[in-house]
Amino acid sequence: MKLILRTKNLVKHFDGVCAIDNLSINIERGTVTSIVGPNGSGKTTLVNILCGLLRPDRGEIELSDVRFHEFRSEEMITFKVTRTFQEVRLFNQMSVLDNILVVLTERSARQSFFEKHGEFHLERAKKILGKVDLWEKRNELAGSLSYGQRKLLEIGRMLAIDAKLVLLDEPFAGLFPEMVKIIVNIVKDLKAHEVTVILIEHDMSLVRELSDHVIVMDSGKLLAEGKPDEVLKRRDVIEAYLGE
Amino acid sequence: MEYLIHLAILIGIYVILSESLNLVVGYAGLLSVTHAAFYGIGAYATAICMTSLGVNFFLSLLIGIAVSVLVSVLMGFVLSRFRDDYYALASLGFNVIAFSVFLNWNALTGGAFGIPGIERPNFLGVVFSSPLAFLLLVAICVALVHLFSKFIVDSSFGRALKGIREDEEALRVFGYETHFYKLIIFAIGAGLAALAGSLYASYITYIDPTGFTINESIFILVIIILGGLANLKGSIAGAIVLVLLPELLRFIGMPNEIAAQMRQLIYGAMLVLLMLYRPKGFLGEYRI
Repeated sequence: MKLILRTKNLVKHFDGVCAIDNLSINIERGTVTSIVGPNGSGKTTLVNILCGLLRPDRGEIELSDVRFHEFRSEEMITFKVTRTFQEVRLFNQMSVLDNILVVLTERSARQSFFEKHGEFHLERAKKILGKVDLWEKRNELAGSLSYGQRKLLEIGRMLAIDAKLVLLDEPFAGLFPEMVKIIVNIVKDLKAHEVTVILIEHDMSLVRELSDHVIVMDSGKLLAEGKPDEVLKRRDVIEAYLGE
Repeated sequence: MEYLIHLAILIGIYVILSESLNLVVGYAGLLSVTHAAFYGIGAYATAICMTSLGVNFFLSLLIGIAVSVLVSVLMGFVLSRFRDDYYALASLGFNVIAFSVFLNWNALTGGAFGIPGIERPNFLGVVFSSPLAFLLLVAICVALVHLFSKFIVDSSFGRALKGIREDEEALRVFGYETHFYKLIIFAIGAGLAALAGSLYASYITYIDPTGFTINESIFILVIIILGGLANLKGSIAGAIVLVLLPELLRFIGMPNEIAAQMRQLIYGAMLVLLMLYRPKGFLGEYRI
């Protein structure tokens, strides 16, 4: 079993409330791992820590065999890690195409100064926007898209990174079935290309369909983990979700 | 005719100021209210170099830009700790400090009396003494600033600036060291404002601190909001409208004594109306 990500005794508090409580998890390379749990169980906090947006109070993160206490979000790209957000965070007053190009083009301030996007970037953007069915909308402002299209654009922006690990925070929430299908196919395609996917999701049928491994969190702790069919029928997991 | 050339020169200087501020506010989303400070640093550096050290205008101009860029980099490190409203307040504080230095460092700046006797530019014996010759110089500078600004906004760097404006944290997730971008564009804006200050000092041949107050920073900010944020043509349109407006009031029989106050009143009223009915300004692509 080759791990891409490991956390050890991760702890995070917000104003005295423990959001992540001694959490130790292992994520295997090239798999889809779903993190499930009731609202407030610490799933998004975990993703925010894993992508450098939050600093853990204690604990360790090991990413691609490099051990951290914390890392900066700018460094994610070095480890080929990217994410989507629970609340869609696009560059709203920029065109759909620019939302993709900003991820495809040069990131260094010095080099980006002398770079304009070229045919190569446009071709890649076209391919990506085609995957999420938004090429026709490329000149529209991202903020003018419907909610579902905005979610798809965020997925497209994630695809623009040639990532090894992607963190998807509730990518299916509030989407029409045809849009869900597009993202399901993208997740399957990522897995086929040995990209590791961490998926936060509430829809258990999608979790069953897509996941190799499920991690259940409750009150910031690891409640259960294992194969989806085994974990999701456990009584303590059902109780955590239904509050029985 | 000289009057029209005078207005064209002023418009040119304000186009440089507004395009440079638009890079900072419109494109990068940094609500800077300190542009007049860099305008003043350029003007004073040029005036001091020319009158006290006898340095040629063009070298003085480069020194003015260098001093302004240096100060802006130091200032940028402090400002990078702030965002949004706090950024605006902190930058405003810097304008207050700069004005106090211009006003109180008598030995260097002449204090409230300012610096008189600044010469017109001289390039290899060709003196830009006539208004038309000076207009030519200003036009060349405006063209260069516009081309440079357009080069920036059309580049990947310009796209990243917009990303910072929209969601800096999200952009960082994609590997952008955003603080470098903010520092660079702030320094570029300051350098270009200093260029405008150098031109102004040499054109008017006299400077004093009253030209570089917070009111001036707000006036430049109003130009870019009125013309349109994140649009260089908007900056040109805004500069033309707001420089010409008080002059036009002269022709409707309004006494000179109240024309200046009317300018304040009218552009205040225009801003309110604009924000109500056209929040993106004349040509704006971005709404604060």
